Amino acid sequence: MPNQKAAQEAILVVGAGMSGLTAAIEAAEVGKEVYIVEKEPFLGGRVAQMNQYFPKLCSPDCGLEINYRRIKANPRIHILTMAQVSKIDGKDGDYNVSIKVMPRYVNERCTACGECANACTVEIDNKFNFGLNKIKAAYLPHAFAFPLRYIIDPLLINTENAKEVEKACKYKAIELDMKEKEISINVGAVIWATGWSPYDASKIMFYGAGSHENVLTNIQFERFASNSGHTRGKIIKPSDGGVVNSVAFVQCAGSRDENHLPYCSRVCCLATLKQAMYVREQYPNAEISIFYIDIRALGRFEDFYNKVKQDDKIRFIKGKVAKIEEDKATKELTLRVEDQETQRIINKKADLVVLATGMVPNTATDKIPADIQYDENGFVINDPLKTGIYGAGCIKKPADVAVSVQDATNAAMKAIQSTARR
Amino acid sequence: MDNKTGLYICTGCGIGEAIDADRLIDIANEDFSPSICKTHSCLCSPEGVESVKADIDAGSVNKVGIAACSSRVMYDVFDFTIPTERINIREQVAWSQPPADRENIEDDDTQMMAEDYIRMGLAKTDNVLPLEPFKSEAEYAEAILVVGGGITGMSAAIDASRAGYPVVLVEKADELGGWALKLYKKPSPPPHYTKISDPGVKELVEDVAKASNIKVYTGAVIKEISGAPCMFDVTIQKGTETHDERIGAIVLATGAVPYDASKLGHLGYGNIPNVIDHEQFEAMAKKGAINRPSDNKRAGCIAFIQCAGSRDEDHLNYCSATCCVESLKQAKIFKELNPDGQVYVLYKDIRAHGHYELLYKEMQNKGVIFIKGDIDSISENGSGGIKIDTKDFLSQTDITLDMLDLVVLATGMVPTTSIEIETEKNQEEDNSEKTDAPAKDAPLENMATGKIIASNILNLNYRQGPELPELKYGFPDSHFICFPYETRRTGIYAAGSVRAPMDISQAIDDAGGAALKAIQCVELSKKGLAVHPRANDISYPDFDMSRCTQCKRCTEECPFGAINEDEKLNPLPNPTRCRRCGICMGACPERIISFKNYSVPLVGNMLKAINVPEEFDEKPRILILACENDAYPALDMVGINRLQLSPWIRVISVRCLGSMNLIWIADSLSAGIDGVLLLGCKHGDDYQCHFIQGSTLADIRLSKISETLDRLALESERVRMLEVSITDFDKLPGMIKDFEDTLEELGPNPMKGF
Repeated sequence: MPNQKAAQEAILVVGAGMSGLTAAIEAAEVGKEVYIVEKEPFLGGRVAQMNQYFPKLCSPDCGLEINYRRIKANPRIHILTMAQVSKIDGKDGDYNVSIKVMPRYVNERCTACGECANACTVEIDNKFNFGLNKIKAAYLPHAFAFPLRYIIDPLLINTENAKEVEKACKYKAIELDMKEKEISINVGAVIWATGWSPYDASKIMFYGAGSHENVLTNIQFERFASNSGHTRGKIIKPSDGGVVNSVAFVQCAGSRDENHLPYCSRVCCLATLKQAMYVREQYPNAEISIFYIDIRALGRFEDFYNKVKQDDKIRFIKGKVAKIEEDKATKELTLRVEDQETQRIINKKADLVVLATGMVPNTATDKIPADIQYDENGFVINDPLKTGIYGAGCIKKPADVAVSVQDATNAAMKAIQSTARR
Repeated sequence: MDNKTGLYICTGCGIGEAIDADRLIDIANEDFSPSICKTHSCLCSPEGVESVKADIDAGSVNKVGIAACSSRVMYDVFDFTIPTERINIREQVAWSQPPADRENIEDDDTQMMAEDYIRMGLAKTDNVLPLEPFKSEAEYAEAILVVGGGITGMSAAIDASRAGYPVVLVEKADELGGWALKLYKKPSPPPHYTKISDPGVKELVEDVAKASNIKVYTGAVIKEISGAPCMFDVTIQKGTETHDERIGAIVLATGAVPYDASKLGHLGYGNIPNVIDHEQFEAMAKKGAINRPSDNKRAGCIAFIQCAGSRDEDHLNYCSATCCVESLKQAKIFKELNPDGQVYVLYKDIRAHGHYELLYKEMQNKGVIFIKGDIDSISENGSGGIKIDTKDFLSQTDITLDMLDLVVLATGMVPTTSIEIETEKNQEEDNSEKTDAPAKDAPLENMATGKIIASNILNLNYRQGPELPELKYGFPDSHFICFPYETRRTGIYAAGSVRAPMDISQAIDDAGGAALKAIQCVELSKKGLAVHPRANDISYPDFDMSRCTQCKRCTEECPFGAINEDEKLNPLPNPTRCRRCGICMGACPERIISFKNYSVPLVGNMLKAINVPEEFDEKPRILILACENDAYPALDMVGINRLQLSPWIRVISVRCLGSMNLIWIADSLSAGIDGVLLLGCKHGDDYQCHFIQGSTLADIRLSKISETLDRLALESERVRMLEVSITDFDKLPGMIKDFEDTLEELGPNPMKGF
C-alpha cells in the first residue's frame, strides 16, 4: 500500500480500455499512485476484441502487451477488475470513492492451468465473441487476458457441477462462496474512461441486423477475422459457413443520421477500409463494395485510403443504402441503394454485408456518479472551471485509438494537476 | 560477489507430469553448482514463495532461478530483492510438448528441452550482475523547455507549470500567440458544436503571464541544444544576446504553416486577384468585411475550393485534416456578415469528423451549396468576377459557377519541421561531408536515422543530426497507433500541428499529453530509469572504451541518437537518452557494450549451455532468438492454446532483434546447432518494432553474415529471419516446421562434434 502522502495524491481511473490504461500508466510513470477500476474480468476494453488496427494492420495485442509490461514494471498501479464505481464524494484534490467488486469466484492463487474448465460441464455464451460460440462456465476470458486468471460464471454456482470444478483445482483458487464486496478509497482526482458501445444496428429500419443472418456489424466482423475468434479467423457466411464471394460495407449505419446518431463516428470509414483488407487477404477475388457518403480519411490516413483504392475489385459507391433484403432460401442479400454518381437505383447482391455502425459513448446510459455535464448524445463535457473529474477518450468524442491515447494522456496531465493543487 | 544461486523448480500446472523434475535437479547440480536446488508443487502459492524468501533472508542465496511459468505471469509473486531469472518450462515446455516418456527418459525430447532450459537459465543467472541505476555527477534539471509560443506551446507551458514544473517558453515572434493571432474565430469547444468563438489567445497569454514559474523569451530562437534529458544545455538567442538554460525535457510546438498558395497557380492564385486563401479570409473577417481585393467591393457570392494543395500528388499527398472544417467555419462567418450572400464549397469529401458533422449540417441548412467535383478551369469573367468550370460528380453534369466575387482556397498545412533552412552551420557541415571519403566497411548507412531536415528549430548537438527525424512528409510524428508520443529523441516531444495535421482543440489536448510525457521523462531520468517502452528499467549499457575501434556503428545505428562522438570518434553515451533496447550492443563488432543483466557473453553462454546431441542421434537443434515484446509472447500463446511446438527448438528472448550480435549466430553454428531462427517484428514502412529500427537492422546485418557463412562453406539457409506478430500463435508451429524441413534437407550441421 502507498504511503500517506502518495495515497493523497492518488488518481482513480475508471475503465481499462486504451484510454483508461493509457491515463493510468502515464500517470503512474510520472510517479503517482493509480487505481484502475475495470468492470470486465480483464483489461484492454474494446480494442482487445479487435483483430487489427488501421492503417498499419497490426494487432492491438502488441500495444496492449507493452502496456501490460509497463504495469508489471510499476508497483504504483493497483488493479481492480470486475469492479464498478458506485459513489464519488468530495472535491477536486480530495475524493472518497466507493467501489463495488463483483465476485470472480477465483482468487489470486489461480495459475491459469485450466483444470477447472476441464471439469466444467456447464456452458455459457462466449461474451468475448459476442455470443457467437459457447464456452465452459469456468473459463479464461481469452487467451491473451490480463490478468491471466480464470473466472467462474455465476450460472455455475449452485449447480452440482460447481463442487467438481472446485475440487479440480489443486491450488485452492476457487471460492464458490465469494461475495460481492464494497471498498472505498481516497484519491485526488478521477479519470473516467468507460469507452463506447456500437450503435444498436437493429434500430436501423430495413437493414436486417439481427434478423438477416449474413448481416453483421463491423464489431462482430472483427471476431470473424481474428484467429482467436469462433471461426479461428476464417471469414465465412454466418448462415452456412460457406465462402464469401462478395461483401458489401454500409457506411454511416446509424451515424450522420438525425434519426439515429447526428454526429460522425470518425472511425468507421477507416475501419471499413481495414476490413476490406481482411477480406482481400483471404479472398483474392472477392468483390467488395463500399457504400459511403464521404470517405473521411484524415491526415496521413489518406495514404491508406489511396492504397485500398488501388484494388480494382474494391468499388466505392457514393450512396446511402436504403434497404437490405434477404433471400429466405439462399440467404443471399440484396442492397437497394441510389448510386449518386449515376443517380440510378441499383440492387447490389452480396454474400455478406458489414454495417459500419457508429460509436455511442457509454456515458449515454451509465452516467458518472457526480455533477458532470453531458451533451445531448451523452458525451461528457469537460468543464475547464470544474476540475477534479476528467472524462477521457470516446466518452468525450468519437475517436480512434491514437486520438484516444492523446486525450487520455492529456487527462492524466490534468489529474496530476489536481493532485498537485492539494 | 560469489554466486550463491538458488534454483526452484515448480511441478505444478502439469510441469511435474510432463517432465521428471528430479532429473532437472541432477542436471543443475552436475553442470552448475547452485547453492540450493529444490522442487515445489506450486511455487507461486504463498507457501512456495515463502520458501524462496526464507532462503534469501537466511543469506543462503543471492540469485534466484525460478523454473516455472513464463515471466509474463506471476511477475508480482516472484518479485524478490535479488536478481531473479525466470526459466519458462510451463508455456514453452509442459504446455507445448508431449509429456516425457518416463521409460526412456534419457532420450526423451521434452525432458531434454527442459534440461536445456535449466542449463541456459543457470548460465544466465551466473552472468547477471546486480543493477544500480545510472546517476550522473552533473546537475539534474526539472525545467521544461517549450519551443513555440502558439496555442499549443502556451497550453503545454501552462500544463507543465500547473503540475509544478518550471517552464522556459521560447517564441520566435515578438509576441505570443502564433498562428492563432491571425484567426478571427475558431470552432467552439463542446457542446457548442455549431458555434464559433474567439480563438482564445488572450486568455492563454494571460495565464502564461500569471504563472510564476514560466519564463518567456519572445523574439528568440534556439541556437543550440546539447546534452540529454535532465541535462540539456540550451542556448537561446534573443537579438544579439544569448541566454543559457539548463533543461529537463522539451516540448516542440512550432506548428505548421499554410501550404504556399503561390504554387497553386492552376487554381488562379497569383493570377486572379480575387482568389485568396484561408489566411487572407481570416484577415478580412477580422476587419469586419469580406471584400474583393480587386476593388474592395463587398463580396456577395463566394466559393471555397477544398484540398487546395492537399490530397494531391503534385503538392501534399496527405489530407490536412482541418481545411474542411475551416471552410465550414468561414462559410458561417461569411453568412453572419452577409446573410444574403451565396456560398459554394467545391470538395472531394467533406471531412467534418465527429461533432463537426453538426456544423456541416447547419451550413447545408443555411443554404451553402456543396459540389463534389474537380476544378476544370478557373478564370476571370471580365467584370471582376470569377468563373469556375467543374464537373459535378453527383449529377455527372458540367457546372459553371459564374459571377463569383471571391474564391477561397482551403490550403493545407505544412509542418515547420519540413522546411529546410540554410544556416551558416549546416552549410558548413554540408561542405565538409562532401569532402569525406566514404569509410571502408561503413556502418549501415543512415538506416537508423529517419531523414533529418535541417529546419533550424532545435539545433540539437546530436551525432545524427540537428532536428527530430521525420516520419513522413516532414512530420516528426510517432508511427505507433498505441503510443502517439513515442519519439526518436528521448525527452523531446512534438505536439500540435507540427506533429500531425490537427485542429486547435485537438492541439490543446496534444499539448497536455506532450507536457505530461516531458515531466514523466524528467521524473524517470532523475531516478536513473528508462522511459517508454522499457519504462522503469534500471539497467543501462556500459562501454568498455579501451577496446573501442571508433567504427561508429553504435553512434550511427542507435534509433534514438543516444550516442554522440568526441573529436577522435569515440562514442559518448548519454544514458538518459538511452532506451535500453541494446541495438548498440548488437551493432558493436568488438562487443564492448554490455548491460549488467544483458550482454553478448551472457547470451553467448546461454546458447553454449545447450546440449547438442551427436549427429547420429538425429536430434537437431534450432536456436530461436525471439523479440521479447511480440515473438516471445506469441510462443507463450502457443502453449496457452495447447498447440504443439517443435521439440528441437531452444528459445532465448532478446530485448529487440536489433540487439542480436552476429557472434551469437557464429557461436551457435560452431557449437553444432543446426539452425538459428530469428523472430522479430515487422519492418519496412509499417514497422512494428518498438525500437523503430531494430528488426530492420537485424535484417540488414543478417544479409551481411549470409555472405560470410557461404564463404565458410556453411549454408546461409541455416539462419532465417521471420516477421512474427504477437497473434501469430497459430502460424508459429508451421513456420518453425518449415524451417525444420529446410534444415533436414541440408542435413546435420557439419560443425557438430568439432
